[in-house]
Amino acid sequence: MKVLVPIKRVIDANVKVRVKADNTGVETANVKMAMNPFCEIAVEEAVRLKEAGTASEVIVVSAGAAQAQETLRTGLAMGADRGILIQCDSDPEPLAVAKLLKAVVEKEGPELVILGKQAVDNDNNQTGQMLAALLGWPQGTFISKVEKTDGSFAITREVDGGLEKLEIKAPAVVTTDLRLNEPRYASLPNIMKAKKKPIDTMTPADLGVDVSPRLTVVSVTEPPARKAGVKVASVAELVDKLRNEAKVI
Amino acid sequence: MSTLIVAEHDNAELKPATLNAVTAAGQLPGETHVLIAGSGCGAAAEAAAKVAGVDKVLKADDAAYDHHLAENLAPLVAKLAADYSHVIAAATTSGKNVMPRAAALLDVQQVSDISAIEGEDTFVRPIYAGNALATVKSSDAVKVLTIRATAFDAAPAEGGSAAVEAVESTGDTGLAAFKGQELTKSERPELTTAGIVISGGRGMQSGENFAMLERVADKLGAAVGASRAAVDAGYVPNDYQVGQTGKVVAPDLYVAVGISGAIQHLAGMKDSKVIVAINKDEEAPIFQVADYGLVADLFEAVPELEKELG
Repeated sequence: MKVLVPIKRVIDANVKVRVKADNTGVETANVKMAMNPFCEIAVEEAVRLKEAGTASEVIVVSAGAAQAQETLRTGLAMGADRGILIQCDSDPEPLAVAKLLKAVVEKEGPELVILGKQAVDNDNNQTGQMLAALLGWPQGTFISKVEKTDGSFAITREVDGGLEKLEIKAPAVVTTDLRLNEPRYASLPNIMKAKKKPIDTMTPADLGVDVSPRLTVVSVTEPPARKAGVKVASVAELVDKLRNEAKVI
Repeated sequence: MSTLIVAEHDNAELKPATLNAVTAAGQLPGETHVLIAGSGCGAAAEAAAKVAGVDKVLKADDAAYDHHLAENLAPLVAKLAADYSHVIAAATTSGKNVMPRAAALLDVQQVSDISAIEGEDTFVRPIYAGNALATVKSSDAVKVLTIRATAFDAAPAEGGSAAVEAVESTGDTGLAAFKGQELTKSERPELTTAGIVISGGRGMQSGENFAMLERVADKLGAAVGASRAAVDAGYVPNDYQVGQTGKVVAPDLYVAVGISGAIQHLAGMKDSKVIVAINKDEEAPIFQVADYGLVADLFEAVPELEKELG
């Protein structure tokens, strides 16, 4: 089976983001970018399925600026076979991304699409569910396990109360949670090899998709900062402060 | 126009976050209706009818809606949405699973995890793990929203007397089947609604050591949580995780034990009223958000804390 893995280029999760002075967004100039951590887990899972002989081909796809090509190269270095860049002027909203991905799915015919459950920039947690809706496919969100069975996938989901097991029919969309796997680091030889792997470039117009935004960003501001607290010297002092100053116990 | 809340429940009772969604709906124009979709969900529908601020309850009782499979529930939500200006759910794992699927069926760009309502089309939401707040305006005809439960007070569970109206099922798509669940059993309060939370991190060193936190939790009537590092290490199950991609909590008191304070963890707890940090590393970033910091070895401090609490 073919596996499609949509991935996103985001500000590196270890970078502390700064809000722009004009409140139009966050500072992205000269900021380290990386593959969204949940997308790394998605690529890893697809590559493991290929290594296990379950998947025949792993295709990574990204919708975004031309630089998203670097993120695709990272996916190729991790073991994906080829990449697709859907070049956009700015990052499309999740609904638009889902429409673009639907068009790619219709061209490529994967049996499984694996996405990260959310991107750590906008924290939307929508694209996988929206893609599944548009395709009329089942969805396995926030998964910690996926196994191919005859004509379906057995999945385990991380939910608020614990774990939930579902059987979803193939073809399907799944989204990764943190415990699905631990993504590998690409080795130097694989990074070199990835440079020779093909990346197809297309535009939303090529796919016949309107990506006009539905939301207008009115402003982006800093959240209220917490006031610096005090250090206490002992457990007894801590309990006293909690009882008599903060009055929370 | 009115607001439809997609309620979370277990057929017998409402999940607490639904009450926070009722408060959010009260800030929007028109009536507040609650959808109870489930299997044998009469009791949950009756509970919803009693919530103060609810004007009508829609009950969709069908085996297809058991366990709230998104494949079956989203088409129902999308169908009912035609009569509403806003469709909202709490941003729980259930709401996060179902709502984007319904939004896509409606050709609507959902607004996720909102922390404030500025107007009927303008909402505030945290982005970048809460390091920025975005105010966005939606141009879609129907607004599909998930709400951050900790940002809205819970509506009183009693005081309402809404009518319950049965709605027709949209049926079983047959795309997905429930196969079982492993729910964490606990006598302690639920993490997202507890007044006091005590969380452990990598510094706990093992799952067994969490018993120390549990003893303190039981003295305080607190819930027990964890950082991602502690969950990844297998010390505690996934549903303990507090953070950007886990649970968001805002208790009166949050006690972070052996947690360094990565931004992803702070995202899930920094709206707590009082934060206490116990960590042996005085440079740990958790101290920058803590009201009371104790630089100490947790293996000495936690048993002492248990003793002090009597």
